[in-house]
Amino acid sequence: MQVTMTVNGEEFTREVEPRMLLVHFLRDDLGLTGTHWGCDTSNCGVCTVQIDGQPVKSCTILAAMAAGHEIRTIEGLEQNGTLDPVQQGFMQEHGLQCGFCTPGVMMTARWLLDKNPDPDTETIRECISGNICRCTGYENIVRAIRWAAEHPATEGASA
Amino acid sequence: MQVPAPFEYERATSVDHALALLERHGPEARLIAGGHSLLPMMKLRLARPEMLIDINDLSDLDYIKLDRGEIAIGAMARHAAILDSPLLAEHYRIFREAEKVIADPIVRNRGTIGGSFCQADPSEDLSAVGSALRAKMVIRSSSGTRTVAAREFHDGPYQTMVGPSEILVEIRVPIRPGSGSAYEKVERRAGDWAIAAAGTFVQLSGDNVADCGIGITAVGADHFACAAAEDFLIGKPATVENFAAAAQICHDAVAPQSDQRGPADYKRHLARELTSRALNRSAARARGEDV
Ligand code: FES
Ligand code: FES
Repeated sequence: MQVTMTVNGEEFTREVEPRMLLVHFLRDDLGLTGTHWGCDTSNCGVCTVQIDGQPVKSCTILAAMAAGHEIRTIEGLEQNGTLDPVQQGFMQEHGLQCGFCTPGVMMTARWLLDKNPDPDTETIRECISGNICRCTGYENIVRAIRWAAEHPATEGASA
Repeated sequence: MQVPAPFEYERATSVDHALALLERHGPEARLIAGGHSLLPMMKLRLARPEMLIDINDLSDLDYIKLDRGEIAIGAMARHAAILDSPLLAEHYRIFREAEKVIADPIVRNRGTIGGSFCQADPSEDLSAVGSALRAKMVIRSSSGTRTVAAREFHDGPYQTMVGPSEILVEIRVPIRPGSGSAYEKVERRAGDWAIAAAGTFVQLSGDNVADCGIGITAVGADHFACAAAEDFLIGKPATVENFAAAAQICHDAVAPQSDQRGPADYKRHLARELTSRALNRSAARARGEDV
């Protein structure tokens, strides 16, 4: 079947099997390998992307179900060559070690800050509870997201 | 790589369209909403539908509203919407407390109340909430609408009364003035299925229990409920001792199985302890206390 969806502002049309999962569509058909693929069971959150602004686990949604929607992946987080504050926060606060969980956490964090620009650490921890990190112990991830909350002015191309 | 077996896919544009597709494709067709129960089962070949009918476009089933003295929740209401609903928070805190411990915020953006009920997992949280509140399930087919009590909705694990050419469209909960409700769950890790969980409401008349509901999940309770404990409480003073005695009835009535989530006697213990806590908090809320 044919699916058309917007990914990071660009429209793509591809022929896929109905059983193709969105994560494989993004990685294998579109070559957007920034979205990672881990547990395959909607537990770990490394495959998190945004659909119409909401984070979802792309290992548990069909490409066919995403057709007609706006998808945003980690590749779409930077705008006009400027890193998103979330990305800058992860640099500033050393929010990653191996980096496997990082794209998923960032897409969740961006959603959180869009609806709540000044979340406390408890809110941050609750919000990223569907994104598992095996390395950092979360402390620096939480600090990175707080950093982003405190530096919203750097958002977009204005920085 | 886990990928489902091949299937056909079609998107429904209305409830009538979905019903027509179900009728045309027969019992091998399945509806898919959030997909967070069905797709994992399809990856493991525990479910193998030949046809998936995507109902995510049926936004007319996505609502939480007051309707003729009852709260009506559309089957496509997402967990996240139920968690955040001011209407439910006002009348039934049990929803918010149950939703807070269902999976994680990302999964809650997709999963739906209708999907949760129809998946009918024996450890599912909302099924216990529905039983506790004696919700009514509105089921539609091309020949009309019928209503089934939440406590008659399940027909064993992963089985419901929804027929192959029917759709669960709405869940209705009566408003009970002077009542309070609560949900208590113990799980192995954040977002996991319950080892055991209990949800209750208590409606007071003076110091006495005028009405109550007890829903229990993951421990083999008949229809996710414990009617014997409710019968014991109704008409009695809303005291810690009476709630403990009711919880003991639940302890004796449930039929948990030992598995990787824990031994049966531990689950029984949880059923008692969590029921007791939920009843006490429900009653305190009914009295207007902030607990
Ligand atoms: S790969 Fe999707 S949640 Fe783990
Ligand atoms: S940085 Fe390695 S899993 Fe999070």
